[in-house]
Amino acid sequence: MRLCGFIRKEWLQVLRDPSSLAIAFALPVILLFIFGYGISLDAKHVKIAIVTESPGPVASSFTGGLYNSEYFEPVVMGSIQEAVEALNRWEVKGIVWLKSNFARDYMKQESPPISVMVNGIDANTARLVEGYISGVWAQWLELQAIKAGQTLSLPVNLDFRIWYNPAVRSRNFLVPGLFAIVMTLIGALLTALIIAREWERGTMEALLVTPITVTEMLVGKLVPYFLLGMGGFAVAIFMAFFLFDVPLQGSFLLLLACSALFLVTALGMGLVISTISGGSQFVAAQAAIIVTFLPAFLLSGFIFDITSMPGPIQALTHLMAARYYVAILQTIFLAGNVWSVIIPNAAALALMALIFLLIVWRKTVKTLD
Amino acid sequence: MFQRIYALILKEFLAMLLDPKSRATILIPPMVQLVIFGYAATFDLNHIKYAVFNEDQGSLSRQLLSRFQGSTAFSLKTSLTSDREIAPLLDSREVLVVLHTGPRCSENILNGSGCNLQVLIDGRNSNTAMLALNYIRDIVSGFSMDLQREHGGNLPPAHLNVRAWFNPNLESQWFIVPGIVAMLGLVVTLVVVCLSVAKEHEAGTFDQLLVTPLTPLDILLGKTIPGFMVGMFEGSVIILLAVVWFRVPLNGSLLILYAGLAIYCLSAVGVGLMISSMSTTQQQALLGGFIFLVPAVTLSGFATPIDNMPPFMQYITLLDPMRYFLIIVRRVFLEGAGFELLWPQFWPMMIIAGVTLTVSAWFFRHKMY
Repeated sequence: MRLCGFIRKEWLQVLRDPSSLAIAFALPVILLFIFGYGISLDAKHVKIAIVTESPGPVASSFTGGLYNSEYFEPVVMGSIQEAVEALNRWEVKGIVWLKSNFARDYMKQESPPISVMVNGIDANTARLVEGYISGVWAQWLELQAIKAGQTLSLPVNLDFRIWYNPAVRSRNFLVPGLFAIVMTLIGALLTALIIAREWERGTMEALLVTPITVTEMLVGKLVPYFLLGMGGFAVAIFMAFFLFDVPLQGSFLLLLACSALFLVTALGMGLVISTISGGSQFVAAQAAIIVTFLPAFLLSGFIFDITSMPGPIQALTHLMAARYYVAILQTIFLAGNVWSVIIPNAAALALMALIFLLIVWRKTVKTLD
Repeated sequence: MFQRIYALILKEFLAMLLDPKSRATILIPPMVQLVIFGYAATFDLNHIKYAVFNEDQGSLSRQLLSRFQGSTAFSLKTSLTSDREIAPLLDSREVLVVLHTGPRCSENILNGSGCNLQVLIDGRNSNTAMLALNYIRDIVSGFSMDLQREHGGNLPPAHLNVRAWFNPNLESQWFIVPGIVAMLGLVVTLVVVCLSVAKEHEAGTFDQLLVTPLTPLDILLGKTIPGFMVGMFEGSVIILLAVVWFRVPLNGSLLILYAGLAIYCLSAVGVGLMISSMSTTQQQALLGGFIFLVPAVTLSGFATPIDNMPPFMQYITLLDPMRYFLIIVRRVFLEGAGFELLWPQFWPMMIIAGVTLTVSAWFFRHKMY
């Protein structure tokens, strides 16, 4: 009864504070919009300069492959100097250069080089562009062989299949990963700020002298924000399906359950931050951004592959709740209900939630006496 | 006038540095973040976990597979004995790649019909999958070339000769670490400035400032200069660590880099002042700062290229000061670009700084009367 009254009071407080409602509903929309459209690793229509010093059927059959590829937007340039200048001004990402002796050496079967220069500053894009160009080259070799009436016989042919995401669409893994960021923001940042504000204003101490128990108080604080967070989840799921066309291979209920679990962990994290920061909103906000948001972005496997990180950093990622949630999300969305992924990750989340709540519980008791 | 402003600046620094918690949040987290993110935010793949299912008894398939074992990019997890083991292994993310050679692989290489190397890749992270595929393609074509050379077979009619400019080994770290100068510079400056004004609003001391002989311009300068100095300090420390610790080559001139950093910090201060003068509580200022920071960092090209975004998003990024400074810092570091190439990045930041500082000055005066 007392608990119900308290939850009601907290709930009213949430509803009447426009900024917390904004975080829960407007923020997911804005974030998904920005991230969904703004983050893409699919380099398409990359501008490259083509310099052909020995025009002819052979050269144009190769450059034709570049024109036909959806990855490139070729620009023909008259001289290599012009192309280098364009590369220096960042007007093109790369240069394909067929030198003057290309056609002659080709006829003599001397295997002339096709020079490719890419701007390596953005190493990831440069690597993808390299890959696309060698794809075009491999196709061209095959075509030339067919034209000559032979079949291309390389000793080893690659026959590759990309599972779970055959179209290799980066949005399919980035949008599910965004759930982790949105829920972290709602769960951890919002609670950290709001509880820190209560400490700062002294309304928390006022609560502590009422007959309410610590457990009741924690539950009362958690329930409204939990509901807000699930509201944010609903918004995010709606956008993922209808705006970004992300397929869901696994079961929706399982996704919902895992998300609820992660939300509890995030809320616990927010409570811990606000309690430890001793009631300064400034510190709570900084801490929330540094220990929740940025790791959710960088250390969760959302964009950057965890297994490629150095050992100590990999060990550190195990402390990040977002890491487990991202693994679950990418699996449920793209691969299905793979229990061998879901159970250990969900268990880790549950354990973290428990630890966070225990810390808060202990800390809050201490301030009473 | 100078004495008055000096006193105000002194007061700002005392307020910032005497509070041990805010002192710690200004100094320690940025350093920790630099080191963690410098290592974590990488698109390079190391230790790609893979499994091998070799049905062939011959020596050539073993030679091919041993090339993967010899590469630092790959690390062998297990060898399979039946194709039923493949799916669970990929599902559970124990390996990223499965390499499968058929029973007649070596024989087919010898009789000239070619061996099909079947490659199955976990595409849950499509970027990782594409990069892994590129690595595999390199190894396989290297093996093919060597075999053809040994056995005196036909050379391919033309070969690719790829070079990456400015970052020959395509190291992600060279791309990301200079970017962190821009990211942390913005985050720290903005948070410091946002809170310094909002804190005074909340505590009511801003009104007290307004009744002092200080003019609105004095107050503006008194608030701008400390934020600016914090930003410059933060930027310098990270630049130093980037060069000394991460060994990113600094090819260009420090003068241009610092000119860019100064204008960038001014624009960050301007945005921060604008946000905080529009908000009445610290919480609103923090949320405002956050709502600016998240898209500003995401859409700046820090992790994913602006060119991959849909056109309307690309227009939005024109408002983002970080977008311009990122280009400056990366090009000065890696390319050694001069002022004439970078001028297109300088003037938009000047406009952003000019507009935001003017607007916040107007707000100061507006609040006064």
